[in-house]
Amino acid sequence: MHQDHPEIFPQRHTMSVPGGHRALRVGLGGPVGSGKTATVAALCRTLRDEVSIGVVTNDIYTREDADFLLRQAVLAPDRIVAVETGACPHTAIRDDISANLEAVEELEERVGPLDLVLLESGGDNLTATFSKGLVDVQMFVIDVAGGDDIPRKGGPGVTMSDLLVVNKVDLAVHVGADLDRMAADAAAQRGGLPTVFTSVARGQGVAPVADWIRERLAESTAGAA
Amino acid sequence: MSAALLLLTDGRFPAGGHAHSGGAEAAVAEGRITGAATLAEFCRGRLHTTGLVAAALAAAAAAGADLLALDDAADARTPSPALRTVSRRLGRQLLRAARAAWPAAVLDQLAADRPRGAHQPVVLGATARAAGLTPLDAARAAAYESAGSPATATVRLLGLDPFQAAAVLARLAPEVDAVADAATAAAHRARTEGTGALPAASAPLLDVSAERHAAWPTRLFTS
Ligand SMILES: Nc1nc2c(ncn2[C@@H]2O[C@H](COP(=O)(O)OP(=O)(O)OP(=O)(O)O)[C@@H](O)[C@H]2O)c(=O)[nH]1
Ligand SMILES: [Mg+2]
Repeated sequence: MHQDHPEIFPQRHTMSVPGGHRALRVGLGGPVGSGKTATVAALCRTLRDEVSIGVVTNDIYTREDADFLLRQAVLAPDRIVAVETGACPHTAIRDDISANLEAVEELEERVGPLDLVLLESGGDNLTATFSKGLVDVQMFVIDVAGGDDIPRKGGPGVTMSDLLVVNKVDLAVHVGADLDRMAADAAAQRGGLPTVFTSVARGQGVAPVADWIRERLAESTAGAA
Repeated sequence: MSAALLLLTDGRFPAGGHAHSGGAEAAVAEGRITGAATLAEFCRGRLHTTGLVAAALAAAAAAGADLLALDDAADARTPSPALRTVSRRLGRQLLRAARAAWPAAVLDQLAADRPRGAHQPVVLGATARAAGLTPLDAARAAAYESAGSPATATVRLLGLDPFQAAAVLARLAPEVDAVADAATAAAHRARTEGTGALPAASAPLLDVSAERHAAWPTRLFTS
């Protein structure tokens, strides 16, 4: 057990598993029902043969997300933990991350060193983002059915996330969402940060998100060497 | 009064407390907390039982007593397995925040000795000491938390008027001070008489409800 280096990672006071190997932690935030759990499930299916994965869910008042992932058998049950958030999902991922850090460490103690930990936030509002003390990178998942003006409205999730995922593009025709406009608004708000369009539970799969994670994994491995 | 005490007791201090209701979620479900008046009674009961015990443990730890002996004493005073788990988990979370805020060899040692977490009041007292606070400060922090946690949770659970919740705590403040004084005196006696001199008040209904609550399939708070 060691403490992360105070100068390299001043924001982390994490007792990590011995060996210096540290999993890449990826946060998935976004409004209720946008497809965060569906994205986690699809990512696990896509990446589980390449890297060792753990998942932390932050359900608001149930174990629903964790149970869904267990039912779908996307990972072995001991690789999935649920954190209870006392009715405040954004607090647990941003203001007081201690329970989530415990959960990550519990995973690593239980199943050994991991390469990738996916942390799903409870569905919250557009201002909820992850603390840098908890995750290395974060994606914000919105959907076309929530209104095609969300990228224009901005807010920390849209403007600051390392990846913006616009999900459920299969529904765009049904709800009259203008995907070109969403793409243009997102580009204007995000100053060069990437945006991808998906339909994780339908045809157009999670591939662009998985590719983005592979790049981050390659970067973090290169950085650690 | 030191500003370090304000920081340690600030609800925004990142030590995991926000996900716990101090038994209020179960009490609300069982119809024992329905509004400000019943919340006040609940908080008073908790303050004079587990609050007193926690305050005495914290004061003793802040006075420099052997932390592992205090940890055993906390175990002996926590009959509910669910609450033992919660207390150790919160202790571990507090220790993480404490080591970042007030780095000290004694905190590192406690983490090494109790990797699964020491009891929260013991960590609270050790943290107070590392922050240069007194045993009485530590006792006040623990006693206040024993009432403050259910009050905050009830605002979320019942939509209770937050001004009423604040008023409940304000009216309890003299009792919180009195409990902290008694706890500090007991901690002082424990220096010569051992941990047996620490109070062992218990609240069986809190223990029973905590066990039930831990088995609920759906809940907002961890405890
Ligand atoms: N049509 C369509 N439905 C989708 C897509 N992705 C997810 N869904 C559905 O949207 C609903 C919500 O998906 P979840 O993955 O549970 O959303 P979430 O963001 O995890 O929701 P919370 O955790 O409750 O905030 C489910 O019924 C999914 O099947 C998609 O690409 N297209
Ligand atoms: Mg979900």
